[in-house]
Formats: sequence, C-alpha cells, structure tokens
Amino acid sequence: MSQRRVQFKQSVITRRNLVNRLMIGLSGLCVVLALIPLALILFYTVREGISALNLEFFTRLPKPVGEAGGGMANAIVGTLIMMGMSAVIAVPIGLLCGVYLAEYGNNTFSSVVRFLTEVMSGLPSIIIGIFAYALVVKPMGRFSAYAGAVALAVLMVPTITKTTEELLKLVPLTLREAGLALGAPRWIVNTRIVIAAAAKGIITAVMLAIARAAGETAPLLFTALNNRFWHTSLDQPIASLPVQIYTYATSPYDDWHAQAWAGATVLIVIVFVLSVVVRLVSGGKFTVQQ
Amino acid sequence: MTTSPAVAEASRSQLRAAEIRGMVTKVKTQVGDRVFFILCAVAAVLIVLVIAGLIFQLVVSSQDTIHRFGFGFLSSKEWDPVNEQYGAATFLYGTIVSSLLGLAMALPLSLGIAIFLVEVSGQTMRTVLSFLVETLAAIPSIVYGVWGVFVMVPFLQQHVTGPLSRALGSAFPLFAGPVVGPNMFAASCILIVMILPIITSISRDVMLAIPMSQREAALALGSTKWEAIMIVVANARWGILGAVILGLGRALGETMAVTLVIGNSPQISASLFQPGYTMASVIANEFNEATTSTYVSALIEVGLVLLLTTFVVNTLARLLVWSVSRKKVAGGRQ
Repeated sequence: MSQRRVQFKQSVITRRNLVNRLMIGLSGLCVVLALIPLALILFYTVREGISALNLEFFTRLPKPVGEAGGGMANAIVGTLIMMGMSAVIAVPIGLLCGVYLAEYGNNTFSSVVRFLTEVMSGLPSIIIGIFAYALVVKPMGRFSAYAGAVALAVLMVPTITKTTEELLKLVPLTLREAGLALGAPRWIVNTRIVIAAAAKGIITAVMLAIARAAGETAPLLFTALNNRFWHTSLDQPIASLPVQIYTYATSPYDDWHAQAWAGATVLIVIVFVLSVVVRLVSGGKFTVQQ
Repeated sequence: MTTSPAVAEASRSQLRAAEIRGMVTKVKTQVGDRVFFILCAVAAVLIVLVIAGLIFQLVVSSQDTIHRFGFGFLSSKEWDPVNEQYGAATFLYGTIVSSLLGLAMALPLSLGIAIFLVEVSGQTMRTVLSFLVETLAAIPSIVYGVWGVFVMVPFLQQHVTGPLSRALGSAFPLFAGPVVGPNMFAASCILIVMILPIITSISRDVMLAIPMSQREAALALGSTKWEAIMIVVANARWGILGAVILGLGRALGETMAVTLVIGNSPQISASLFQPGYTMASVIANEFNEATTSTYVSALIEVGLVLLLTTFVVNTLARLLVWSVSRKKVAGGRQ
C-alpha cells in the first residue's frame, strides 16, 4: 500500500517534470516562431529589392508602364521633405507639452491632456488622414505637402510628449532645487538644466517618432496624394516613398512590383537607420515601440 | 554721532538702486517664467484642440449620411455607391473578425515569448531577443503589406488555406472554399506579426515587475519552474489583459498591410478563406475615388465608427492599467 502511494507520487512528479520541460520548450518555440517572419520579411525585401536597386532608382523619375527603368527620386525627396516639415511642427509642440505635463502637471487639466495624448497615440493613422484632409486639403482646395506634413505631425506629437514627460520625471529633484537655490528663474531651470539633462533621451525619442512617421502610408493617401513628377512647390501634391510603394504594389505590372520591393528596401533602410541605430547608440534604453 | 547727510543720501540711493535692480530681475524672472509657462500650456491646450477638432470634423463631415441612414448605417450590409446606398456592417464585421482572430493567435505566442524572455533567458539573451522582437514594430506597415501580398498570401494559399479547405471545407463552412488568395485569414496572419511586439513588450515589463519572492516561495514549496511561472503569470494577469486590449486597438486601426491582403470585397462570409473588407481599408481604397458628397460623408462616417471603436477599446485598456496600478499602491501600504 505504501509502496503504491510512493509509486503514485513518483508518477505525478514525473508528469509535472514533463509538463515543466514541455512548456518551457514551447515558450522557446514561440520565440523562434516570432523571429521567422522577421527574418523572412528582411530576407525577401532585401533579396527582391537589391535586384531592382541601382543608381537610376535614386536619380530618376518613375517611368510610364511598359518602359523599363525609372526610379523613385521624387518620392525619396518627398518623404525627406515631409519628414522635415512634420518634425518642425511636431517637435516644439510635443516637447513643450511634455514639459507642461512633467513640470506643471499636477492638476486635473493635465490628467485630461495625459489621457488625450494616450488616445491620440492609439488613433488609427487613417483617421488622422481624414482629419488633415478636412483641416488642410478642403480649405486649400488641393492636396499638398503641407497637408501631408500636418498629418504626420499629429502622428508624431503623442510619442514625443509621452517620452519627454517620462524622461523629465526621471531628472532628480535635487537638480531643480540646486538651480532654484542659485537664483535661476524657473524657466531657466527647466530649459537649461532639466531639459538639458534629459536631452539625449529626448533626441532619441524624436528620432523614433520621425522614423515611425517616415513609414506611414495611410495618412498621406488623401493629404499629400502622389505625384509622378517633381513637385514644383509645397502647396502641390507630392510623392512619398510609402504611397509610391503602395501604388506600385497594387498595380498588375511586374516591373512595378520590382520597383515596389526596391522602394520597400530603401524605406526599411531609412527607418532602421533612424530607429534601430539610435536605439543601439542610446544603450537599448528606448524601445522602437509605437 | 550722526552720519552726515551726504553719506545717508549715498546709502539711500544705493539701497534704492539695489531695490530697483531687484525689481527688474524679479520682473524679468516673472515675465520669462510666465512666457515659458504659457508656451507649455498652449502646447497642452493644442492637444485638446486637436482631439476635439478631430471628433468635431468627423461628426460634421458625416452629417449627411448620419441623418439619412441613422443607426441603420451600422446594420445595413449594402454598400452601393452607384445607388447611393451605404451601410457599414460588412466593414464592421471584417474589422472585428480579422482583429479578434489575429489577437487570438497572437496572444499565446506573445505570452510564450514574454515567459521565455523573463523566466528562461539570461540578461544578455533577453536584451538581444527583446531588441529583435521590437524590431518587428519598427517595420513600416506598407512593407508588411508588400511582403504579405507577394510572399505570404501565395504561400498560405498553397500550403495552409488550400489544403485545409480541401480537407475540411465541405464539413465546416468556416473553411469553405474556393480559396481566394487574399482573404480574411491572411489579414489575421499579418496582424499577428504586427501586434505581437506590443503585447510581448508590455507583458514582459509587467512580469518583470512581479517580485522575485513570489517565484522563490513557489519553488520553495516544491513547485516546478513552470508552476512558479504560472504563479507569476497569474499575478500579472491584469497587466497582460491591458496589453492584449492595446494590441486589439492596434489591430482594429491597422490599414495598409490589411488592405493589401484582405481582398477588399464588401461581403460577410462564414468562411475565413473568403475575401473581406475592413473599415480602415475601405477608407484607404475609396476616399480618393469618392465623387459624390454623400459617398465622402459615408466614408467619413465609417471613419467615425472606427474612431469610436478604437477609442472605447483604448480607454478600456487605459482604465484597466490605471486600476491595476492603484491596486498595487493599496497592496504596498498593507
């Protein structure tokens, strides 16, 4: 009888050990399963993209259907221009709002703002496109680089605000007290001491926000639209890399599919240089999470 | 001895000078402080204005169809721009089904990864693997779409959905064929990869925050490592739920990748292997082609529905996280 009980216990222990090994093994398998798509996406994009990438791709305009060659020079430039413009709009707003929340943010209003920032970062990007359409395109009467930049800026602000607030709250109180004790007014303390102390992290956050915006397609579809030629001014429709990739990928032509892959490769390189490298430099402290 | 009037005069004027200087710097300080504060406050007010303006714009721009179709807009399956009949039911269905299916497949995977990162791997491996998983979040959605439509869809059709449908299609309407390349299932598959990083990283952070003593106590009572891990997961459940809901919010609003692989056909089909359409996709596809004002209004109303859906979902996640952190404070006080 007692021997049977021991045997029973033994079998339970074996079973538990087996479950233990099995489940821990499965968790490892999950990691492998997640890394497979990452490897596949990078592999295919680079393999298909490299063959269509050449000097022409970076220097020429798109060619009409059927003509070989051509490039996406206008789209690459368009993306860079809109990234710059949206950064000019979003960085001051995002930064100042972050400062407000961190330094003056002990009231109900800032709780509301904090909540709305959260809401804003969860907004589907296509909705932001509609907003920019109603705000800029409709009154102006035409699609423009300005509208695209506004849409991308709305996308960038919450990321910058949230990270700035978090980073400023990490700056020790003693630094502020030391500054105030030396007779510096509060705004000098905030700009010269607190923001300066968190500058490295804030720059990283800004770069990540720009990187995220660079790859966005949906907000540009009906704000910046697309342009097969060089834009003549910023109040005209302008080409961008993501929209151009989308146009080519949904077309039925093989030439254009190859160009779409090449565009995807360039886009990945731009985004990775901005986000992944920045993250490596900053010591892995900041995530590329959106 | 009294001080001479000249000395008194001098010291008085000195005093006044200091006073004036003090006042000037005080004024300067106050002005600088006020200007800086106003700048910051204006930026904060701008955020409120953007959100308010956004909702206002969407509501105003969709008045036409809101009045014409009322709540029938949500239940009608008819989407016929030619005859000016608009209903969003097919898009609601497509959005919800593709998101929930993607979420259901992403959850066990993300949880497994989080468990591996927190409980199994060492510090270095955790950093490297976290970095790789989060790299998935850095890939632009259009690149997912291009890869999905040229690589994943043909692969799925040949090796997964095709054979499944041939084997089970006649018995289960869920797998009924004929399999079309881009379909609901493909959209869910691409969503898995896209929402996996956010669920993983939040779950990982929540689990990392569970005190070591929990694991030690479980192990000391003779539990296996897996049983100890389950205790950690049970303690982290609310945070994980918050992560899941945030992932759902992300999936609901995902546009480009889904648009490229879901097939964009306004129909409700019992089979997962048939094309569908989501709210975000229909806006992306048809907004520029919308010629009549009613058409535009209908698309913007679809956007409004999408906005409200994601708003409710994200708020829910937010409140959940807040209530959890409040509970933790209460627990810490005891």
